[in-house]
Amino acid sequence: MNQFITAVLTSLSTGAIYALMSISLVLVWRSTRVINFAQAAQAVLTTYIGYEVITRSGSFWLGLIVAVIAGGIIGAGIDRLFMRQIFKRASSGPIAMIAPVVATTALLGVIYSLIGFIWGISYKTIEAPVSTNGLSIFGSVVAFSPFNLLVIITVTLSMIVLTILFQKTNIGLALRASAHAPEISRLSGVKVDAVRTLGWAIAGGAGSLAGMLYIPGSYLYPNSMAVLLVFGFIAAVIGGLDSLFGAVAGAMVLGFAINFSASYISYKLVFPTAFVILILVLLIKPNGIFSSSKGRRD
Amino acid sequence: MTLIVEGLTIDHGAIRAINNVSFKVPQGQLAAIIGANGAGKTTLLRTLSGLKKSKAGSATWDGHSILDKRTEDLARSGIVHVSDGKSVIAELSVKENLALPGIWRKDKKDVAMATTEVIEMFPILGQRLSQSAGSLSGGERQMLAIGRALIARPKLLLLDEPSLGLAPLIVEQIFLIIKSLVTKKDLTVVLVEQNAMGALKIADEGIVLNLGSVVAVDSANKLLNDPAVRAAYLGF
Repeated sequence: MNQFITAVLTSLSTGAIYALMSISLVLVWRSTRVINFAQAAQAVLTTYIGYEVITRSGSFWLGLIVAVIAGGIIGAGIDRLFMRQIFKRASSGPIAMIAPVVATTALLGVIYSLIGFIWGISYKTIEAPVSTNGLSIFGSVVAFSPFNLLVIITVTLSMIVLTILFQKTNIGLALRASAHAPEISRLSGVKVDAVRTLGWAIAGGAGSLAGMLYIPGSYLYPNSMAVLLVFGFIAAVIGGLDSLFGAVAGAMVLGFAINFSASYISYKLVFPTAFVILILVLLIKPNGIFSSSKGRRD
Repeated sequence: MTLIVEGLTIDHGAIRAINNVSFKVPQGQLAAIIGANGAGKTTLLRTLSGLKKSKAGSATWDGHSILDKRTEDLARSGIVHVSDGKSVIAELSVKENLALPGIWRKDKKDVAMATTEVIEMFPILGQRLSQSAGSLSGGERQMLAIGRALIARPKLLLLDEPSLGLAPLIVEQIFLIIKSLVTKKDLTVVLVEQNAMGALKIADEGIVLNLGSVVAVDSANKLLNDPAVRAAYLGF
């Protein structure tokens, strides 16, 4: 029973972090049809920024806020200075499909090198505001820590804020409209380019939050979030790539599958489980199990 | 305020879609641009709303050029285009579709008023506010698209094939509403239609396009009664 409860709690905690990364990929995908591979590097870069702030100020929360804001600015900057130019110059033919993928992959490498150049490749640690050691329940130590609980709470609060933003505000309406139908949105007077940049900013912020919550249980080094990118991507595909709800649900499916197989069978099954789920989803329901595409075709 | 198009030429890839087209639409008039499939009607309208670039010529509204402007800026200045294919956002609710112009319009009271007017004009939309636009029928979608455009308080309304794929009774209803917009609201309308007879019946002026060129411009009534035009381009 203990093992079961622990597995549920750790699943929620890891699922929550995947959900943030997944959301950041989905936000960019549905507004620009680009898989932003650079998101991992953006998250690492801002986590290093958060690390610097924490080292100097001693406050994890200040570091987290600075990292998230930096993530937003970097995301917006990448869209304005980089992606928009690429869309303008490579707007038709096969290159229009390939160019953004090549560009975000290149950006991934450039940011990684930049990080190595500034901070070196040594491992760094970020001190969590609460203990990352497993809780002791009925005398036995379990794999769920107070920090894991904090992760669940922080991510839940961010999801509530994002849901209100997307569903209840004009900005959210503009974001959704521009993502689903950019031309109709323009014809209705929505400044789709500016809205798209905002989407990249929110995505960048979500990715940075994922990084800041992921690293305290692990180590910070240039390539530390490659796994997070892969799992975030798998979660996004499970969720249908264009649905925010799907991104969260997909992340939870993945979090539970990984933690339960690791807890009950073997930790060696983490990666196989993730990829088996990915392949099954692609085989059985390639549009994802929570795709938001609907509507009468006539 | 007058829409003046002069010598407008538009290429569609390697094909010349619109060749040296000129016409005028004075304020408060309904101009019908008619012609067969492939005559360049949609291309012309897309260029007037900034979705497509022109090759040569000019187009002005109220003395200002509209060719080098962004679509969203034109929409905000009152030149609103309802594109073909019942242009609604299927993933959003009817209410959210109608709310799009309210995102940028400053006068929120007038947005609320315009929304009420639209729902009075199309009561069916009022019953379906929380439904997704994708669940609407073709006619309802067209009503939603026109309704959304009206909430932007347009001065010049560009309508692309509002009758496409709709049942005759619905077409008649939509045409009557378009006609009433021009007479009651002093709106200027450019109506692109394959349904030439229906469009000319409500229009003040008719512009007949064939293979990208204007082949006849006259009052809608005269075009309807001109045997040569009827036989050659209207098919009745």
